[in-house]
Amino acid sequence: MLSQSLIDQIVSQVVSQITPGAAPAAPAPSAASHAPVPGAEQGSAGLEDITSPEQKAVPLLAHPTDRDALMRMKGRTPARIGVGRAGPRLNTKTMLTLRADHAAARDAVFLDVDEKLMESLGLFSVSTQCADKNEFVTRPDLGRDFSEEALETIRSRCQKNPQVQILVCDGLSSTAVGANVPDLLPVLMDGLKAKGISAGTPFFVKNGRVAAQDRVAEVLGATVVCSLIGERPGLATAESLSAYISYEARVGMPEARRTVVSNIHKDGIPAVEAGAYIADLIETILKARASGVDLKK
Amino acid sequence: MSSNCVLSVGIDIGTSTTQVIFSRLTMENTAGYFSVPRVSIVEKEVVYKSPVHLTPLIDQSLIDGDAVREIVAGEFAAAGVTPADTGTGAVIITGESARKENAALVLEKLSDFAGDFVVSTAGPDLESAIAGKGSGAARYSEETGEATVNLDIGGGTTNVALFCDGEVAARGCVDIGGRQVRLAPDWTVTYLSGSAQKIARFYHLPLETGQRAGPDTLKALCAAMAQLLEEMLGLSEPSPLLREVETPGSARFAPPRPIRAVCFSGGVADCIYRSGQDALAFGDIGVLLGDAIRRGRLFSAFHVIPARETIRATVVGAGTYTTSISGSTIAYDEGLFPLKNIPVLRLSAEEQQRCFSGDRAFLEKKVRWFLSQSDSDRMVLAMEGKKSPSYGELRALAGAAGPALDAALAPGLPLILVVHSDMAKALGQTLKGLLPPSRPVIAVDSIRVEQGDFLDLGRPLMGGLVIPVVVKTLIFG
Repeated sequence: MLSQSLIDQIVSQVVSQITPGAAPAAPAPSAASHAPVPGAEQGSAGLEDITSPEQKAVPLLAHPTDRDALMRMKGRTPARIGVGRAGPRLNTKTMLTLRADHAAARDAVFLDVDEKLMESLGLFSVSTQCADKNEFVTRPDLGRDFSEEALETIRSRCQKNPQVQILVCDGLSSTAVGANVPDLLPVLMDGLKAKGISAGTPFFVKNGRVAAQDRVAEVLGATVVCSLIGERPGLATAESLSAYISYEARVGMPEARRTVVSNIHKDGIPAVEAGAYIADLIETILKARASGVDLKK
Repeated sequence: MSSNCVLSVGIDIGTSTTQVIFSRLTMENTAGYFSVPRVSIVEKEVVYKSPVHLTPLIDQSLIDGDAVREIVAGEFAAAGVTPADTGTGAVIITGESARKENAALVLEKLSDFAGDFVVSTAGPDLESAIAGKGSGAARYSEETGEATVNLDIGGGTTNVALFCDGEVAARGCVDIGGRQVRLAPDWTVTYLSGSAQKIARFYHLPLETGQRAGPDTLKALCAAMAQLLEEMLGLSEPSPLLREVETPGSARFAPPRPIRAVCFSGGVADCIYRSGQDALAFGDIGVLLGDAIRRGRLFSAFHVIPARETIRATVVGAGTYTTSISGSTIAYDEGLFPLKNIPVLRLSAEEQQRCFSGDRAFLEKKVRWFLSQSDSDRMVLAMEGKKSPSYGELRALAGAAGPALDAALAPGLPLILVVHSDMAKALGQTLKGLLPPSRPVIAVDSIRVEQGDFLDLGRPLMGGLVIPVVVKTLIFG
């Protein structure tokens, strides 16, 4: 993550440059003219988190024709509407929020998942052939396969021929894994257990792409494989997780054979609800002996 | 496709008129291919409207049950519909007819047509909301964002509801209507209601039953009624008279936002939107009242919008808008539906918090108390729920609610939980894991109910994804 103190520093610098009268379009010039410069003495305590939902809900447009209608529109989309402008440019606050959201998105891609968190969920870790995040983003092929050593770890630690093999992959958002998997995975495992479906030994794949599940399914002889993987982050959320579920996955199989459940995050499908839904979906896939577009036929 | 449609019947038995409509509700999964399903009612189409019948009465207020039954049977036949074709619906008894004796009578006489459905005396506040949905005022407010008032001006009452973003924000009811004064062709007053008498006395208007009334006197009375409506909508200070004509048992109309648009429904609405009718066309003051309102300040102060339904607004609202559907990720055991008239125990925010912190003893006590107070041995436990709860919170809630309800409910009866936030499938699954297999579990979300409501849960639709739900505020039977 972009550190909070860095954001604070940028904000306080910018705020200190705003002099009363110089920025007539600023949303709250009174704050700048009356209050002492926030952050100058108090550190981060006096600063608001501009990326918080409460702050984003405040329209920056100085004089909306119909404020109620604007609030209603803002309530229906996370898009940056009603933000006003300063001349031809974005307001400072909009610009900073955009930068902060972009930083969160970059962090989601480049940070690692907390290994301790994975351990606390009872997951062991293996890495794909990618040495680091830079290689992961530049070499998709390496993110789909494992070294012989990693495969040996998988073979030795996992139950063979399970009905379902579950993988947790960082994919393009480690943040999404940290935010959702601790609540989703236990509900999913409970659900599969209640249905009498054997769920093998779930584990964590570092620098993993979706198709890494194909090799795992082949190696372990899993009937169904399900990857919980961080989605490419956007500027609206960096916390969105997907589940990719494949029946009899094989290396090189068409992508159309995967069933996807996307948009799992606190403002989308709640993690616990997704867990229960995925358990039902896996049961359906096992019964139909098909996944992806084949399931819809 | 046909399995995605439900035929809904609406029957409105009002002070002056009785109507039947049939509407087709079409459901669709509107979520994308890669998402969790999201089923919603995408189309509501009224497929049959009965003529407007005069409500058969035995005396001033008691309904003639057999005659009502004949009307309803005739309309089913005319529409080519049998009771078995209808999947949901509502019988609603409104205005001055909304008396307990009438409700019981209708329930008895219509049981084979609508026995499975809601039979309720609407009460003035609920009627206001239903009429505003039927007239299109609710939808207009949702589409445009304008705070929209619907005035449903019927024979006996004017039901007022303010809609903001499609939701009722304020409601009220006054005894102002087209049949408050009834007239013979020679302008002799044949009926003068209590509220018309009050208004006449206040303005010193010479009106008396059995006496002929001059058109000017009646126009003055109607102008006074129109002015009372203007006062109600905040165009001038409310006079003491306004308080006197408020319908007993109704809420006082208090809009939280400035009103922008106004819509009219009910029988008098046709006389408002259309001018130039014979003053005595209906043998009452409806036409004169319509003229008075059209010439009054409601038309100059607000943006008046056309109504999608006028005299049929309430019946269309009852038949089309009383059924909602649950969220699309829910949990239930097969073979339990339909369930009817289940009383609701709703937990407050603090009580919900106690459950989330696992306080089983408190909940069991509360549930036992509720069951002892209620006539039914079944119940729905309802709460707001939490947006995206953690696994720990989910376990704690299930750990409190599951055993508490299991202990308090008789063996074999379903454990029913209704939450507003999207968490029912996970909750239902967790509950099932904690309870013996003999205890059926139903967990439904995206439905908001209040303490004292009753719930009907229909047979699952859309391949079992959703359950149709009717929330009732009153039942008889």
